[in-house]
Amino acid sequence: MSWEMVMGLEVHLQLATQSKIFSGSATQFGAEPNCQADPVDLGMPGMLPVLNEEAVRHAVKFGLGIGATIGERSVFDRKNYFYPDLPKGYQVSQFFAPIVCEGVFEVPMADGSLLPIRITRAHLEEDAGKSVHDIFPRETGIDLNRAGTPLLEIVTEPDFRTAEQAVAYLKALHSLVTYLGISDGNMAEGSMRCDINISLRERGTDALGTRTEIKNVNSFRFVERAIHVECERQADILDDGGRITQETRLYDAEQNVTRSMRSKEVANDYRYFPEPDLLPIEIDAAYIEAVRATLPELPGAKRERFVSDYGLSEYDATLLIPNHAMASFFEAVVNHCHAAKPAANWILGDLLGALNRSDIAIEKSPISAQQLAGLINRIEDGTLSSKLAKQVFDAMWEGLGEADEIIESRELKQVSDTGALETMVAEVIAANPDQVAQYLAADEVKRKKLSGFFVGQIMKASQGQANPKLLNQLLLEKLAAQS
Amino acid sequence: MSVTPEDIEKVALLARLSISESELPEVTERFSKVLDLVDELNTINTDGVVPMSNPHDMTQRLRADTVTSHTAREALMASAPAQASGYFLVPKVID
Repeated sequence: MSWEMVMGLEVHLQLATQSKIFSGSATQFGAEPNCQADPVDLGMPGMLPVLNEEAVRHAVKFGLGIGATIGERSVFDRKNYFYPDLPKGYQVSQFFAPIVCEGVFEVPMADGSLLPIRITRAHLEEDAGKSVHDIFPRETGIDLNRAGTPLLEIVTEPDFRTAEQAVAYLKALHSLVTYLGISDGNMAEGSMRCDINISLRERGTDALGTRTEIKNVNSFRFVERAIHVECERQADILDDGGRITQETRLYDAEQNVTRSMRSKEVANDYRYFPEPDLLPIEIDAAYIEAVRATLPELPGAKRERFVSDYGLSEYDATLLIPNHAMASFFEAVVNHCHAAKPAANWILGDLLGALNRSDIAIEKSPISAQQLAGLINRIEDGTLSSKLAKQVFDAMWEGLGEADEIIESRELKQVSDTGALETMVAEVIAANPDQVAQYLAADEVKRKKLSGFFVGQIMKASQGQANPKLLNQLLLEKLAAQS
Repeated sequence: MSVTPEDIEKVALLARLSISESELPEVTERFSKVLDLVDELNTINTDGVVPMSNPHDMTQRLRADTVTSHTAREALMASAPAQASGYFLVPKVID
């Protein structure tokens, strides 16, 4: 039977704040266990939460970023469950009245099209602590540093049909939230975690099948793999006439399988009720407009502008945009060299290659935008051939200075002196009478190929410094004059 | 009787409350009475009334995003029944 996959995603996004959502504890990743947990985070009796204004602003920014309705009056609720890393026995969340209501997020796909994904809601909540299972042989260790870190949970409608769509959405979401500056988006540190709700139905039917939920997948690659293996697992069960059990599962990346979470066997019933320790958040139009005024140019608008203003291809724009720092680097290069296409090529080619090999972020590139522009300027004005440019690039990467300094000190200047080139051409023609005769006897197409021989000889003689454009022109003239 | 003893057992499990077999009938009856009262309240027409999420007729005051609490791990963990290497210890939780 042919099955269609139906998926909805829930993303837990850690918001970039200095302090926690309801307390004044620090939120830095990687601190010593339980050093960033105060009496509020520990759920000590009598402690009262006070809401962090930055968390609210970040949530509103996100809502505006996807064109969603902002909840004028949102309310916190208690989600009740028992787990050792949840000190209060409830998580403060928003169930009945979230801060961000419906919106539509347009996801750029590889073919250049936009896939509209309906966002159901996004709500503020506190993160739980961490359970550590592998340090102590007979006990579980609890670190509450993460408890109370502000989260925005972003929930979609079941609008995904393929793993590729889900990953494209997550990448676009990652790009959006880092542009907005509301999260560092560091998936390896758990700043962005994804739950996948997945079910199958017979292709061509509308009713939704029974779904499973795969919890806490924390990389794009694992999301893709988890979807594939869970889809296969469900298809196997359904093909054998079985039924899917609605349950929570975990993706085991090492074995590439999903497993049922036994601890959640008892159907979750969170008994939400309004959090009596917090008052409703009211957000008025003036606040929304003030936040809107602070929004940066977002990835979608930037992509369009890169194509229309700089004449970049959709493909190049799509590669430059997701990483905000890379897009800014590109603009800085273009500001100094006014050659957009070469700038994109150098960044996406040699620079990105070198950065990746050394595992350096573009923000810390040893070659600055201005320096790269200096190199491109020397290619554009004919000083450097592309071959020489690569040598200069390598020297710049080693920190040997500006393009002009390297050209000067290594005498890398392309020979564009007509007189000098003419002499070289004449010498090569004189030294290779057989090849000249072959050339003259050949047709137009073959001649093109044969002229390469002479170019190669002259390049060798000039140690790569002959201006290839000028050389070609002179060579063809001279050869034509031989007949 | 609006709830059954099975409902009570389920809610007790979710709340991690231990209710003995002998207490069950009485708890069920008292629970039912509370819910019956709620049912009665449900008959009142509340169209257009904003749900009261808090008895104070105020909105949430917000705090500036600054770190004001500082590490006091030793003091805060002093009352924990078991700890090691800075972690609270609990019986092994296996997923």
